[in-house]
Amino acid sequence: MASNYDVTKEEIEEIAGVNPLRCMRCGRCSAACPSFDNMKYHPHQFVAMVENGEIDALMESESSIYKCMSCMACIERCPRQVQPARLIEAVRLAVVRKQGQNHLTPDDIPALLDPDLPQQALVSAYRKFTK
Amino acid sequence: MVYSYFPGCTLKNKAKDLDAYGRRSAEALGFTLEEIPEWQCCGGVYPMNKDEIAVRLSSVRALAYAKDHDQELITMCSACHNVIKQVNNDMAHDEYISEHANNYMKSEGVEYHGETKVVHYLEVLRDEIGYDKVKEAVRNPLKGKKIGAYYGCLLLRPSDVMAMDNAENPSIIEDLIKAMGADPIVYAQRNECCGGYLTLEDKAIPEKRVKTILQNAKEQGAEMVITACPLCYYNLKKHAEGTGVEVKYFTEVLADALGVKEEN
Amino acid sequence: MQRIGVFVCHCGTNIAATVDVEAVAEAAKSVPGVVFSADYPYMCSESGQDLVKESVQKYNLTNVVICSCSPRMHEKTFRKAVESIGMNPYMLEIANIREQCSWVHKDKEEGTEKAIMLMKAACAKATLNTPLTPGMLPVTKRALVIGGGIAGMQAALDIAEAGYEVDIVEQKPTIGGKMAQLDKTFPTLDCSSCIVTPKMVDVGQNDKIRILSYSDVEEVKGYIGNFDVKIKRKARYVDEDKCTGCGLCTEKCPMKKVPNEWNLELDTRSCVYIPFAQAVPKVATIDPRYCLKLNKGTCGICSKVCGVGAINYEAKDEIIEEKYGAIVAATGFEIADISRYDEYAYGQSPDVVTSLEYERLMSAAGPFGGHLLRPSDHKEPKKIVFVQCVGSREEESCKGGKEYCSKVCCMYTAKHAILTKDHYPDTDIYVFYIDVRTPGKLFDEFYRRAVEQYGVHYIKGAVGKVTPHKETGKLEVQGYDMILNEQMHIDADMVVLAAAVEPSHTARRMATMLTAPMDNNDFFTEAHAKLRPVESATAGVFLAGMCQGPKDIPETVSQASAAAAKVIGVLAKDQLVGNPCIAHPDELMCNGCSQCAGVCPYGAITYVEKEFRMPNRTTKMRRVAQVNEAVCQGCGACTVTCPSGAMDLRGFSNNEIMAEVDALCL
Repeated sequence: MASNYDVTKEEIEEIAGVNPLRCMRCGRCSAACPSFDNMKYHPHQFVAMVENGEIDALMESESSIYKCMSCMACIERCPRQVQPARLIEAVRLAVVRKQGQNHLTPDDIPALLDPDLPQQALVSAYRKFTK
Repeated sequence: MVYSYFPGCTLKNKAKDLDAYGRRSAEALGFTLEEIPEWQCCGGVYPMNKDEIAVRLSSVRALAYAKDHDQELITMCSACHNVIKQVNNDMAHDEYISEHANNYMKSEGVEYHGETKVVHYLEVLRDEIGYDKVKEAVRNPLKGKKIGAYYGCLLLRPSDVMAMDNAENPSIIEDLIKAMGADPIVYAQRNECCGGYLTLEDKAIPEKRVKTILQNAKEQGAEMVITACPLCYYNLKKHAEGTGVEVKYFTEVLADALGVKEEN
Repeated sequence: MQRIGVFVCHCGTNIAATVDVEAVAEAAKSVPGVVFSADYPYMCSESGQDLVKESVQKYNLTNVVICSCSPRMHEKTFRKAVESIGMNPYMLEIANIREQCSWVHKDKEEGTEKAIMLMKAACAKATLNTPLTPGMLPVTKRALVIGGGIAGMQAALDIAEAGYEVDIVEQKPTIGGKMAQLDKTFPTLDCSSCIVTPKMVDVGQNDKIRILSYSDVEEVKGYIGNFDVKIKRKARYVDEDKCTGCGLCTEKCPMKKVPNEWNLELDTRSCVYIPFAQAVPKVATIDPRYCLKLNKGTCGICSKVCGVGAINYEAKDEIIEEKYGAIVAATGFEIADISRYDEYAYGQSPDVVTSLEYERLMSAAGPFGGHLLRPSDHKEPKKIVFVQCVGSREEESCKGGKEYCSKVCCMYTAKHAILTKDHYPDTDIYVFYIDVRTPGKLFDEFYRRAVEQYGVHYIKGAVGKVTPHKETGKLEVQGYDMILNEQMHIDADMVVLAAAVEPSHTARRMATMLTAPMDNNDFFTEAHAKLRPVESATAGVFLAGMCQGPKDIPETVSQASAAAAKVIGVLAKDQLVGNPCIAHPDELMCNGCSQCAGVCPYGAITYVEKEFRMPNRTTKMRRVAQVNEAVCQGCGACTVTCPSGAMDLRGFSNNEIMAEVDALCL
């Protein structure tokens, strides 16, 4: 499959340490996902689409990769140790590792601050959204 | 018992309460938190990938420090606990990560393979001190107070690594609530995510999550929920309006019960 | 001088595709002692066996080496063949070039090389083989059936039908097992108790069958034809012979708050109890955990009201010892612990139930007399969600789930849906499934009926979270529909979980006593997956029902009858042919250290003081090992333990094994 980003499914699988072939299509990840309605592609689709090599579509879907809460519900409730959240993370990393692709920049921060916002929120968002 | 204590960034700033009340309570219960000197921020979230080593090193340094001092590593913040415990697991079981991390650490004269035991403050209360002892130490029993535990995701997941409690029906905080003389309120949403760092992406997402969580707590009878995570605390508090549910750190309530809560 | 014949089997392409069988046969020709070799497509076929027999006669062979499949498969076949022409069957040797060679190699050159080595090793051993004659063992013509569920009852009835005595050991106060707890059976919707209770009565009334209920097997010693078994008869504090089952004691017992395991603790029972109306034997039992008399010395009402004086508070557990010729393991199953799947809120709401609990809720003999009510508020549920595969088809590393499919859930869930819709047509039913598995006669038709005729909503997908709401009394089910790719929220009144089945927790202990192998899931393993599916690898132990793997009632009954046929086959013989490959000590080398007796798992080794002739016409008393040839199973543990090399195994002597090793290594 031609890719706009030169990212292969093998790379995604390797970054994630996940083998999508373990999936048995039960859908429990997407049933558990608390961010389901925010995402275009859902946890089980990440598994199936990585298996099919449809990496570009996933990388282009901001509404999918930046709406995962990393809450690990899909990991916890998967009966086959597939760990869909790791695939979402790997796709997100493949995007933000591209030059100029940081989803959050220091310039964005002041507008986001409020007096109670814990440092943890900033640190976490930085880890998730930037390189 | 003396522990190597990893406070984490937020406990030094926005979540000073979580830290201060925790320290005081520890003193009252007879265990000591010895802060790891020059600890570095854990990163807030565990890197769910196989190929980033540097982001794990702050955890490895803290873990190696605890190992050198023959102490268990204790945390109060759920996020630090989650990151450090998962990295510890990597160091013990993931050859690639362990080898590469140790290569980095060589220059600091550190070799580390997951030897340190990572415990959360709650585990110390339950397993070391024992809730019976906690109960005996309570000076101001929170009689009749209906408190729900809010676990969030980080304390319990992934359960094969965190191994703190039944990840789908935990009781470690409920049992503490009982020990403090209050009535624990069990509600199903207590281990569902608050929206976490997405507060920086789209406030509407945590808002919806928190409403679901707190409404569930409320209708099951909770007047208050307690948590160990500063980000959960923030999200819950921010969107608690109208639900009538109070949000507190577990250490604050504990300090109150133990009679060591003074004004910070 | 030995004259060895080597016969190399192609096994179709099973061996020939990976091993150059002709090259193996050719290589055999240069092995010392080999005077004939040949290859053949199917050596186990009649013509293949004829080839062996004719060659033995034509070339005056003294030993035969067959290069083929595992000896577990066809050693018997070939031994019988050579015996038919007068050769001692123990002069035959098998080289396993299939399971241990062709099936595990891909490269033909490597495969061939290894096959030749295995052939040479077998020839080296064959050279040293000596004729062996098995002894004869007597047979105790009685059978033991462990477990009184439908499997155990069927096996016992069939064995008794053939005229042999059978004891059933059942740990519960009554026989009947799980089938007695079911409401209806799929796909015919027969009333379960209407078909199982007559069977229980048949068992109870059969002269040849003795029911040892409320009992446990404590120890099993011996071997096929001659098992010695200790059985613990737990104190039931009621004399079984005197009790008439009138039930007066159960009515008058003041301790009524005991969780009723018969109804899966959905209601309570009295402390002195008869599990259910059709129990067999219909006698009362006192639950010692709750009895006021036994624990506090008060009460004593049951004793006062009993008209026949059957109550005996002084009763003690009793051990009885019995002899049996064969044993059927029918230990059954339990519902797996699902506490780690509490995203379904089983531990948080009484209205989330397992499927077996749902059976009791629907049953006319259940806690609500057959009126389907939900446990929390005793209201009729109007919307029910069924969740499939709870704990089944899970990797063990995920919450300790079961990797296997529990097999019966798809069908019983369709049954539950149909029965519920039949009685309460306005109920909305959702079934979340991964796959609907319905292989079986009239099974898929049954499932389709649930969908097409009854309008049950089958949703390909899963449930991710169940949130009980106190105010509304609803269970908010967060599910996922894979066909619509939508997350959905259903406000249900009840949630029913198809929890995995697992072997009885007593199975492992039982298997250890029986020295019967089990798999990783604690299911008993059959002697051969295809051809000996009702036998354990341990001679004289047979398997019936769920203890061997998930199965439904007709499969269980079939297996039980098959196991009974095997038992009858053993009991019908007056004597059994023993195994001649057993241990024997060289008394001159034995120094009486007792290490062999310590490792023998069968207790076959004893020690005697024996007089030995010494130089100059003197004698000396020495302590030496003795092997009970009837008890020895030929496992060889003693031979490797013996520090002086005195213990040896016939048919697998130290010399023979070393010759094989030499042939491989030198």
